[in-house]
Amino acid sequence: MSASGAVMAPVVKSSAILEVRDLRTHFVGETGSVKAVDGVSFSVKRGRVLGLVGESGSGKSVTGFSIIGLVDPPGRIVGGQVIFDGRDLTRVTREEMRGLRGRRIAMIFQDPMMTLNPVLRIDTQLIEAIRAHADVSQAQARAWARDALGMVGIPSPEERLHAYPHQFSGGMRQRVVIAIALLHKPDFIIADEPTTALDVTIQAQILAEVQKLVAESDTALIWITHDLAVVSRLADDIAVMYAGRIVEAGPVAEVLDRPLHPYTAGLIGSVPSRNRRGERLQQIPGMMPSMLHLPKGCAFRTRCARADAACAADVPLLPVGDREYRCFHPLIEVPVTEMPA
Amino acid sequence: MSAEDLSLLPASAILPIGEEAPFRQTARAYLRSSGAIFGLVLLASIVGLALLAPLVAPQNPYDLLQLDIMNSRLPPGSESTTGMIFWLGTDDQGRDMLSGIIYGLRISLSVGVSSALFATIVGTSAGLIAAYAGRRTETVIMRIVDLQLSFPAILVALMILAFLGKGIANVVLALVIVEWATYARAARATALVERRKEYIEAAEALAIPRWRIVFTHLLPNCLPPLIVIATVQVARAIALEATLSFLGLGVPVTEPSLGLLVANGYQYMLSGMTWISFYPGVALLVTVVAINLVGDRLRDVLNVRGRI
Amino acid sequence: MMPEAGTSEVPPLIDLKSVSRQFGRHPDFAARMAIALKLATPVPMLRAVDQVDLAVRKGEVLGLVGESGCGKSTLGRIAAGILPPSQGSVLWRGQDLAQLPRAARREARLRVQMIFQNPYASLNPRRSAGDIVGEAPRIHKLIAGDPAAFIDEQFRRAGLDPALKRRYPHQFSGGQRQRIGIARALAVRPDFIICDEAVAALDVSVQAQILNLFMDLRASLNLTYLFISHDLGVVQHISDRVAIMYLGRIVEEAPTDEIFARANHPYSQALLAEMPRIETTKRHFTAVKGEVPSPLAPPAGCHFHPRCPHAFARCRVEAPPLKTIAAGHKSACHLNDTAVV
Repeated sequence: MSASGAVMAPVVKSSAILEVRDLRTHFVGETGSVKAVDGVSFSVKRGRVLGLVGESGSGKSVTGFSIIGLVDPPGRIVGGQVIFDGRDLTRVTREEMRGLRGRRIAMIFQDPMMTLNPVLRIDTQLIEAIRAHADVSQAQARAWARDALGMVGIPSPEERLHAYPHQFSGGMRQRVVIAIALLHKPDFIIADEPTTALDVTIQAQILAEVQKLVAESDTALIWITHDLAVVSRLADDIAVMYAGRIVEAGPVAEVLDRPLHPYTAGLIGSVPSRNRRGERLQQIPGMMPSMLHLPKGCAFRTRCARADAACAADVPLLPVGDREYRCFHPLIEVPVTEMPA
Repeated sequence: MSAEDLSLLPASAILPIGEEAPFRQTARAYLRSSGAIFGLVLLASIVGLALLAPLVAPQNPYDLLQLDIMNSRLPPGSESTTGMIFWLGTDDQGRDMLSGIIYGLRISLSVGVSSALFATIVGTSAGLIAAYAGRRTETVIMRIVDLQLSFPAILVALMILAFLGKGIANVVLALVIVEWATYARAARATALVERRKEYIEAAEALAIPRWRIVFTHLLPNCLPPLIVIATVQVARAIALEATLSFLGLGVPVTEPSLGLLVANGYQYMLSGMTWISFYPGVALLVTVVAINLVGDRLRDVLNVRGRI
Repeated sequence: MMPEAGTSEVPPLIDLKSVSRQFGRHPDFAARMAIALKLATPVPMLRAVDQVDLAVRKGEVLGLVGESGCGKSTLGRIAAGILPPSQGSVLWRGQDLAQLPRAARREARLRVQMIFQNPYASLNPRRSAGDIVGEAPRIHKLIAGDPAAFIDEQFRRAGLDPALKRRYPHQFSGGQRQRIGIARALAVRPDFIICDEAVAALDVSVQAQILNLFMDLRASLNLTYLFISHDLGVVQHISDRVAIMYLGRIVEEAPTDEIFARANHPYSQALLAEMPRIETTKRHFTAVKGEVPSPLAPPAGCHFHPRCPHAFARCRVEAPPLKTIAAGHKSACHLNDTAVV
């Protein structure tokens, strides 16, 4: 298996419901070309949650959009594959993709109003989503919609069906969006920061629902976020992105307890609860370089205390056990596995 | 056709380097459309023509001594008794149409631009004050605006001109009175949105005097939609003035605008001497189209441009 | 930096006494006619802040915590002088701001500055960074000496390269824009800074930098802070004392250690239970039930009673006053009355 292979050990690769291989998405503009996603690979199995973590500009959202085929010009998927159920999603026709989206693949966005139409009632939207992929009568669709709302914990679903999106609170709206995503029991869901804008108590409610639903329906979930605390409790595996590349990946407890990459360690250290009260927080110096002018080699080296001349060379993603890391000077000494060709 | 959608990328990921004022950025984005460049060139030519009228026009149509009644109603391409060629023919006074059009452009453009300019100043001030002052002031101003806008523009202009009499200054005044209310509404709407933004609150926290906040912070950020409206309103003012002149209440006969030229030639349309109305009409059309091309692109650039 | 020992002669820096703020328009003539004729329903007033007493002593950092709709931002703006209170008074160093003559009031205004949440909307997009920072000091004639050098100094103090002062806001990242906002606030030499969710919109690593900057400035400039946030981790790290708000009222107030160890009010307890922490033992999310009620129609009596697991009859009728239950520890809960001391 090459270095850019799946997170899971190669032998069980066929049980992954989604496999992303060396995905590259570029945005070509006047001022230059932005490699928003630059060779990203991972896989997700049924019933497992992958936390895709990064800060703004890391490419995590664009990765999500690329998988589900929502990248518009000037952005383009320029390389790699997204293998789902034996098919490469980057090469299917728009018709096929539309047939898959909403039925077998679903996406949840940060702003529920990206999914919900403000001038249509909730029942209209749910029924439309149902009948787009299933041949059922109006009455059957309605019953289906009502059950879906109940399943995400919306009280009195029968009455709420008649409401408009603006009559729901932010948390409720997001639940409706999750209900829509789950209508056809998709094989996997991509969630792009869906709880970031919500209050902590509401976020906790929604995360509780999501946890329950994922366990019950065996759906694979990719949870895109910058919030390490949420990922630590929700996800099984984690992949950390920086400047369009995955810099570290592996089981979430291991990565967060014993990070290999200095950036991961820096992120963990920045969280206030990881520091002694009243003292200066550990901070990563500098800021993310502009994607138009990335440094050669390791993109993080301009901010890394461990960087040296060797880091100016291209850094491959190296496997160790069931983890991966992209660094010449990892925080923990790892046995050098055979270098890939 | 539309502006690039870079909204998937956060602004922090693609920071441009170097200093670039927002104006320069807008200008660059603007010039990316070939339609806009065409419109700009066309408009520039028209304006240039109008400004250089005394140098460019074959004849000064206002100089009664140059006119010879023997030259009246000659078709395009005819020669005068003095050997001058009337490229677009002559009207019933013996005036060269081409010269008449070039000078008429002057009148039309100056009326259009000055009325738009003054209406902008008056309307924007009213709108900003309405947005920032107390509720009573706002109510008074906005109800006057509503009243103004509920009357058809032509009607108001006609009433004012009937009262004041003809003349370019009166026409400009009438157009300003007709147009200011549109600006007031737009200015107020934008100002209401901008007023809530934190940089205004910051200025208040820094104890910056109110008038300063309105004119140095609020105004520059409310300008984009007003600029777009102004460009469109110039065209509208020109057309409105043409209508008024056509109806006989606009500019004086001795200094005809394009509209008046069209009006003068109207009676000859059916007898085959179409050029007297036609060519001024075409000139009017081309001017309005050029202004609209310029304004359209401006609207695209100023509205769709994201913070990237 | 310990707060000054509070003798009763030294008044707190900012003292909000029984401050309330409502939003809503008194209906104008036409609307009143419509209401009288039953053609329209009266629009309810929004009680954003409801009889709040809050004092901040010199040198301390008071954390103000609450979820969206609790009124903390409104309270911050009242303290900053941007918004006048509907009822109650704001005392600066013991003097009522509303009674001061114009010049003295302006002086007091400049002593209290605010850092805003939205790094994009808090800077005038049409002014260069240097202009933004230098405007107020120039107008109020606070610059002695070379204006350019003054602005350079402000930039450096906020951690910005002075060479950037001719750039425009859209050319800076979110973290840098916050620094510009900080430089702008510090340029008028304030004593008291109100941070209204100042780090909420920033990435974790940038957040750490800005928080460190706050702490450094506090030490070097002897500043006092009112730190408004919904992020308990951040508040715990940076505050000496914490006040928790719910639907316009302060429900608990105590020194930081005290409140995090022994939260008294049921809402505080629920909030603290959901405090995001990186936990590598996967935990199931449990959540306090119910939605945050709309501030337009807050429940009668104690605002929290519909969601409180311990609510009883008195809670539905009578709003509990904020009472001292231990040294420096106040809580607004009827349970404290019934508890055996």
